[in-house]
Amino acid sequence: MRYLPKSPSDREAMLADIGAKSIDDLFSTVPAEYRLSRDLNVPRQHGEQEVIEHFKAFAEKNALGYASFLGAGAYRHYRPVLIDTVVSRGEFLTSYTPYQPEIAQGTLQALFEFQTMICELTGMEISNASMYDGSTGAAEAVMMAVRVTGRNGAVVARTVHPEYREVLTTYAQHQSIPKTEVDYDPATGRVDLAKLDAAITDDTACVLIQSPNFFGTIEDVAAIAEIAHKKGALLIVSIAEAVSLGIVKPPTEADIVAMEAQSFGVPVGYGGPYCGVIACKEKFLRQMPGRLAGETKDMDGKRGFVLTLSTREQHIRREKATSNICTNQSLVALMVTVFLTVYGKGLKELGEQNLAKAHYAAQTIGGTGKVLFGGAPRFNEFVLQGSKTAEVANAALLQKKIVGGLPLEKFYPELGPNASLWCATELTTRAQIDAAAEVLK
Amino acid sequence: MGDKFVGTPKKASVHVNQNEDLIFEKSSPGKKAYRLSELDVPAVDAAALLGDAVRTDLGVMPELSEIEIVRHFTRLSTWNYAIDLGMFPLGSCTMKYNGRVNELVARLEGLAEAHPYQPESLSQGVLEIMQVLSDSLLDITGMDSITLQPAAGAHGEFTGILLVRAYHESKGNPRKKILIPDSAHGTNPATAAVVGYQVQNLKSNAEGMVDLAELEKLVDEDTAALMLTNPSTIGVFESEIHKIADILHAKGALLYMDGANMNALVGKVRPGDFGVDVMHLNLHKTFSTPHGGGGPGSGPVACKKILEPFLPTPVLATKTDGTLTLDYNRPQSVGRVRAWYGNFGMFIRALAYILANGPDGLRQTTEDAVLNANYLRAKLEDVFDLPFKTASMHEVVFSDKLQAKNGVKTGDMGKRLLDYGFHAYTVSFPLIVAGAMMIEPTESESREELDLLVDALRQIAREAEENPELVKTAPHTTRLRRLDETTAARKPILRWKAPAASTPLTPDTAAKEW
Repeated sequence: MRYLPKSPSDREAMLADIGAKSIDDLFSTVPAEYRLSRDLNVPRQHGEQEVIEHFKAFAEKNALGYASFLGAGAYRHYRPVLIDTVVSRGEFLTSYTPYQPEIAQGTLQALFEFQTMICELTGMEISNASMYDGSTGAAEAVMMAVRVTGRNGAVVARTVHPEYREVLTTYAQHQSIPKTEVDYDPATGRVDLAKLDAAITDDTACVLIQSPNFFGTIEDVAAIAEIAHKKGALLIVSIAEAVSLGIVKPPTEADIVAMEAQSFGVPVGYGGPYCGVIACKEKFLRQMPGRLAGETKDMDGKRGFVLTLSTREQHIRREKATSNICTNQSLVALMVTVFLTVYGKGLKELGEQNLAKAHYAAQTIGGTGKVLFGGAPRFNEFVLQGSKTAEVANAALLQKKIVGGLPLEKFYPELGPNASLWCATELTTRAQIDAAAEVLK
Repeated sequence: MGDKFVGTPKKASVHVNQNEDLIFEKSSPGKKAYRLSELDVPAVDAAALLGDAVRTDLGVMPELSEIEIVRHFTRLSTWNYAIDLGMFPLGSCTMKYNGRVNELVARLEGLAEAHPYQPESLSQGVLEIMQVLSDSLLDITGMDSITLQPAAGAHGEFTGILLVRAYHESKGNPRKKILIPDSAHGTNPATAAVVGYQVQNLKSNAEGMVDLAELEKLVDEDTAALMLTNPSTIGVFESEIHKIADILHAKGALLYMDGANMNALVGKVRPGDFGVDVMHLNLHKTFSTPHGGGGPGSGPVACKKILEPFLPTPVLATKTDGTLTLDYNRPQSVGRVRAWYGNFGMFIRALAYILANGPDGLRQTTEDAVLNANYLRAKLEDVFDLPFKTASMHEVVFSDKLQAKNGVKTGDMGKRLLDYGFHAYTVSFPLIVAGAMMIEPTESESREELDLLVDALRQIAREAEENPELVKTAPHTTRLRRLDETTAARKPILRWKAPAASTPLTPDTAAKEW
């Protein structure tokens, strides 16, 4: 086997050094009846070329060469070449969690830069070094708010990504955290503020919203914050489309931001790995889950970085930890850091291109039906109320190698079978938009 | 390096490395590392479209050119130790070689660009990858059903214990407590707490193994499960595992296995055959997906038939026409634990590893991993204390007892290994061994690299006798020396600020919400 660096004579010599007759001697503590006496039923050993051919065959059974208007929490953006150049370096790819900071300063400094940029973009004071993804990050943020406030309930906007809400339900079910969902205003697609106000009680720990929300609409964060804070609840803002932060005002009124940073240079990759992050006001630091990189000095006074405040974490506090989370998404956070370094202040220009493409798409594709929720600003997604069912429309689009918008009836039955969620980014071309509109006409 | 060593390190020598500031300190206005494609639709006025919601300021976001960015990250990379540079003797972490073909296939366009909501008819390739990986993992573990959704090991534990709870609830009583040995990973008790269980500590016996009499005493109708690592965290197979399972099952409790040490078992022994009801795997350990400086991981959960109805949604299924589909109609499911289907990019890499190995390679891998650990044990047991003499599997746990007499602790010797060109072993874990030095070589180390580690550790043991101060103040040759972790935690600086504004949080503000 080509990954194993031992010759048959190495193995024999090592067994002799150990004083074992055969390799089976080393498995003597395993009761005989449990030893597997056959080959595993897994594919046979493949040469490197065969492995590649195998996966090329898998890849060809997927959508290849299709134009896509799918977003809904997983966004196609251009990934600068430098991202893979950097994350392919063995020193990043094959390093361990930086528990030995003297030989992990590369990872630690990059995480510190990541945290700084996330703070800058979200308007929060501190950020962790990443979480699994946006969905679990939002659930962890809710549990964090429960710890901070000593209250129990969560009020959740129905315009939060449906799968994020499902994950929250799973996380909350054994924590006795009652969850109330608040509807949206049918005219704007934004959280219904009157209903929100009514849903918050004295036991509400937090309000969870998403902005831009699942319909692509930008919520009135300031107004929502005022309602939540008036009743002593924290406001958590989930951000699924991180590129919006280049051009959309950050949710500075929030107490906690739970975001998905996939848009910043991470492949859509059939849903993962992605890069969740929690950022918040510094006064909540001790209740923040996940790893944190912090600045310090070495014995000679030189600046360096370490993982810090681990007394919140499971390997120290065990069942009293802030969360059972252990890993972060370091390498994905590094992709994000490289992306943000390449674009830097140019995120504004990137945001503007997204706005322009989505605006054109909403006019052109929207012209074949009706664009819902016109009463509020949008980023790069819009809801089309089509003239045909989304299923019929998408089948016709597929004939032209176009993947149309996401049918919404499954998540929002009240919108009916014709509603679908469309996304256009800087990668979407005018020709693709025009072609889709032509099919839908 | 003469004055810094008692002997001569064979693996490492000091070389120049580059200084590099934070990216923000290198930024200057007007530089750019990107150029967008020409806009092919009419430009828009962001302020007009967004109104009050428009952003005007991007603060300290950096402005640099491409060459500066390449150098920045390349310089940072050279400050890291990595598998590609040498061995990580880290116990319990399974730092094995990460095959490069895995990275190549994970980047194939049809896979890396697959959207999680694209139609199933255009997703058969990705679903097949999930299917072949699932089938392989099921045969490797000897279990009946699997979910690939959990994003990491601890997330897998969470999912597994949710299944346990749902199972007991379906019998009318979720039960109250989870038993956890004192040798367990910290994630185990944290997980039990998150799923709403009380943690009951199970003391290990004199050999560091599960104490059957103690277990028998503690297991009752309130026990939901035992969370067990096998081989245990001292690297020893629980030979009486079948009795452990029997004791639990007799009271209706389940056996959860933490699969962190699966690298000792693949192709040789199957947890499903020795009574395990549910377990997680760490694809980033056993199946070689890269650790990447701390993630992403992936933590599939495999279970017996009795737990299958409770698996997270969706579940992979085959339609009557033979095509694959995602089944969301699962009324007894515990729900979703993550958006979409899990860390798919890690599934590709793990399957590429399985394909590169085949059944023969996987078995040889396990045998080599166990051979390597026993070789290190044989070569080092005369210089370090071995608290448990039971036969080792894939890792060996020594203690610092002999060196502590001179004031040299496990942490000091771990740091000293950095000077010899290695990563530290796992320090002070498991907690049942005072001054633990936990070493897991994995199969990826040649006899030559193992001999270098043996040489380094023997030299360190000698230094502990002859010049303990040298070890206690290590490392001496790294880019930075020991870092002040106490100040880092007391006065946290968690982001960069422009110099004038750079003040640490005060202890008051940081402690306020403790």
